[in-house]
Amino acid sequence: MAIKKSKSIFEGEIVEKIGEVSDEKYQLLPENEELLYIGKEINRYDGYEKVSGRAKYTFDIKLPNMVYAKIIRSTFPNALIESIDSSKVKETKGVIEVLTFENTKDINWFSNKSKLFDNHVRYEGDEIACVAAKSERILNEAIRKIKVKYNELGFSTSAEESLGSNAFQIYDSGNIHKGKPDIYERGNIDDAFNSADVIVEGKYSTQVVIHNPTEVHCSVVYWENDKLIIYDSTQGVFEVRKRVAEALAIPPENVRVIKKYMGGGFGSKLEAGKYTVMAALISKKINRPVRIALDRKEMNLAVGNRPDSIQKLKIGFKKDGTILALSHDAKASVGAYPSGGGCSWPLRTIYKCENVKTTDYSAITNTGPIRPFRAPGHVQGIFALEAIIDEAAEKIGMDPLEFRLINYAEKDQVWGAEYTSKLLREAYAKGSEAIMWNRRNKLPGSGKGHIKTGLGMASQIWWGGGGPPAHANIEITKEGKITVYSGTQDLGTGTYTIISQVAAEILEVDIKQIKVVIGDTEITPLGPSSGGSTTAPSIAPAVRDAAEKMKSKLISSAAAIMNVDENKLLYSRGKVTEINGNMVLTINEIIAEINEPKLITKGSREENLKGYITQSFGAQFAEVEVDTLTGYIKVKKIVAAHDIGRTLNRKTLENQFHGGIIQGLGFALMEERLVDSDYGKVLNTNMHDYKMPTMADIPEIEVIIVSKNDPKANNMGVKGIGEPAIIPTAGAIANAVYNAIGVRVKSLPLTPDRVLNALYAS
Amino acid sequence: MQKPNEPSDKSRRSFIKTISSGLITTYVAAPNLKLDAQNIRDEFNSFIEAKSDVDFILNGKRIKKKIKTNTTLVELIRDDLGLTGTKIVCNQGECGSCTVLMDNVPVYACHMLAIDANNSNIITIEGLLKQDELSEIQKSFVDNDGLQCGFCTPGQILTAYSLINNNPNLTDEELKVGMSGNICRCGAYPKIIDSIKSILKKNI
Repeated sequence: MAIKKSKSIFEGEIVEKIGEVSDEKYQLLPENEELLYIGKEINRYDGYEKVSGRAKYTFDIKLPNMVYAKIIRSTFPNALIESIDSSKVKETKGVIEVLTFENTKDINWFSNKSKLFDNHVRYEGDEIACVAAKSERILNEAIRKIKVKYNELGFSTSAEESLGSNAFQIYDSGNIHKGKPDIYERGNIDDAFNSADVIVEGKYSTQVVIHNPTEVHCSVVYWENDKLIIYDSTQGVFEVRKRVAEALAIPPENVRVIKKYMGGGFGSKLEAGKYTVMAALISKKINRPVRIALDRKEMNLAVGNRPDSIQKLKIGFKKDGTILALSHDAKASVGAYPSGGGCSWPLRTIYKCENVKTTDYSAITNTGPIRPFRAPGHVQGIFALEAIIDEAAEKIGMDPLEFRLINYAEKDQVWGAEYTSKLLREAYAKGSEAIMWNRRNKLPGSGKGHIKTGLGMASQIWWGGGGPPAHANIEITKEGKITVYSGTQDLGTGTYTIISQVAAEILEVDIKQIKVVIGDTEITPLGPSSGGSTTAPSIAPAVRDAAEKMKSKLISSAAAIMNVDENKLLYSRGKVTEINGNMVLTINEIIAEINEPKLITKGSREENLKGYITQSFGAQFAEVEVDTLTGYIKVKKIVAAHDIGRTLNRKTLENQFHGGIIQGLGFALMEERLVDSDYGKVLNTNMHDYKMPTMADIPEIEVIIVSKNDPKANNMGVKGIGEPAIIPTAGAIANAVYNAIGVRVKSLPLTPDRVLNALYAS
Repeated sequence: MQKPNEPSDKSRRSFIKTISSGLITTYVAAPNLKLDAQNIRDEFNSFIEAKSDVDFILNGKRIKKKIKTNTTLVELIRDDLGLTGTKIVCNQGECGSCTVLMDNVPVYACHMLAIDANNSNIITIEGLLKQDELSEIQKSFVDNDGLQCGFCTPGQILTAYSLINNNPNLTDEELKVGMSGNICRCGAYPKIIDSIKSILKKNI
């Protein structure tokens, strides 16, 4: 073990972190076929708890003497609050506490752009007050009685409005996040476009979509003297601890964050919410546990979204299909408390191209702030890029797959690093074979009848390599109980399950013996937030490290017990055996003999290999049917062929792919947050009007994994898959729709009205 | 940009005005309806304070108690009886996560009053267990991985259970349509289908 400054990539940013890393070099694990648990269809670790209804989520926690809290939110998109009269709220029977900016000290939020309670509200849904009462019913009744005097200001709800010349200035520094667009440039695009044989340009747009995890954002908090205990539905227990401690100006050691089960996150639960801090303040004041749970309307207004995009793309290439130049100019509406909403990364990296320029404008708008949503940027970016690649191929009469192969990147295009592995070519081959690519319409839209069939595809790139610091400890007690502890989270992704598999595989014990404890800042060692598809490639190697070290510890314990040299001993199947003798000791026998209450080993993720970059790759192929009379699209089949390193669990892997593809289908066909631009209000804040895929909407899905292992990525050979699964879906569907009807719909979602307009407007 | 109180879309504002006068007309045309604000408030307050008896069977056990009349079935099950396997996701009858079985028919427990369960037989996810042992359908969801985060899972399982019991010859289309009132945001649908089909196969 050593403290090192090591590099990893999180969603396009090179992150340098100083922390403990493992120095151990382990042998390559054999291929999955030769392993006991890794890669096998192991049932979900927490399956029983979840199907029995016994799993206690944060939402289900009820503590003695607990009160309920609810946030009152702005009804205007941009306004100064002149006064708040909460007297009627307080008078309501059962109401215990009301917090507003008038009785709460200033706590900075959103990078100091706002406060916990701010007298300037900048979007419909911005926090105004927090009320605590004996029951949620009382709360719902009481919060209606608040009287807020607003001084309305001008506002913008979209990037186009916000960047327009007459736009209201939302901040003194202007309406562009960081004051200027994010520009990336390599080579010389002007010269390259000039020397191109063919140039294709296009404008594409995508809509705002909402995460809508089923479990609402919620916390249950209480104080034990100076110590704050938080149950939170979060993707990062350590992140919540850090942020809440900072907000309350208390040491992080005085905050314990626990998360056992959670009902999804998809990126919306990566950061600490104001609601947790509000609950903590109320709890401190009244000395009782407080539960705060958002409702579905708040989920659709205030906890993040995928920003929309208006993207102008230009591609210049030779007659033989070689790309010479790529340019991308995009605008996104990033909400009132902005972060970067760029979507140009795929264009910078996926194809071999020396001359590239991308310009991303993140436009501040009076709408809910964006948050990372499953492959932020890539989902929008790939839709547009893969459409223009298809258009380019068609222009020179080339098969779109062949066009992609001609421009295949053997090396990382931005940093020049070698890939730890890249099997995109194999993904193209296996995927196109499974969908029977040769069935596609050679002439798009040439099918007979009003129901037309088409095939389309799109590619995917994503980081998902993970890195240190990420830790896991293994503990074996006197009773022989084996427990793995790690400060990571299971969002429903299967983290519990893969941890138990890795530990059982390395220790060669029955998987049922392994207990997994995660998501508790008090008892689990540091783990990274679960985002960026980094959990498996960060945590699984740390678990292996801890398990390998436990094997060594068991061998040295046995050596001491047997009075023989360690070199004469061998560990196999939960036993230490003397190579040339008959002495055998089981784990339980070893533990019984030693003068320690338990054996503990600490495992850590090793550093990433210098000069290399880990990226996951894949391609999805869609078969669609379009009814040209109604504009209705039916997706018949999706084939997903991906390079994801080693498969840890075929069942949970497939499941997560299905999930990404189905969310991608929702993005392609139906999901869309609608805002009334005259009033700055969101029109569809519920699950009826915000359309998400149901079982009736889903196609047949085939998942093909083309990779066996990525030994250069980490000691388990794993890459992340959560985000890769969703990235190419919408692009593949849109390209298939074009192949079916011969008209390109350049705006998502591909609703029947858009399809009909494209078909008949011209 | 809009200046406050000066909506750019005049026709929209006038549209709203039209609607308002429409309501007034209704009021004038029906003078017997006591629509003045105070009356409504009084009526509402007396309603939220009102209490009623509930009396039904929950997971084989009789539940008999006095509750606030406006208590929804899911509030009674979760908050008063502590059975948190039934989840609340939308709380307005749109997603199916609060599904329970009422006389073997799946119903949205967030969308009905508890008193409407009177004289019925209600089964929640906990009611499918035999002591600690999973029922066949629950086992099938574990074996086929018919879940991810697990939050909508109790509702999915109860709807599936009722579909299978009511029609053992379920076609693929009937299955998909029958399950489409239960939203799974993780998108575990294909494996939920596998979980249900493997039970159907066993029954044949």
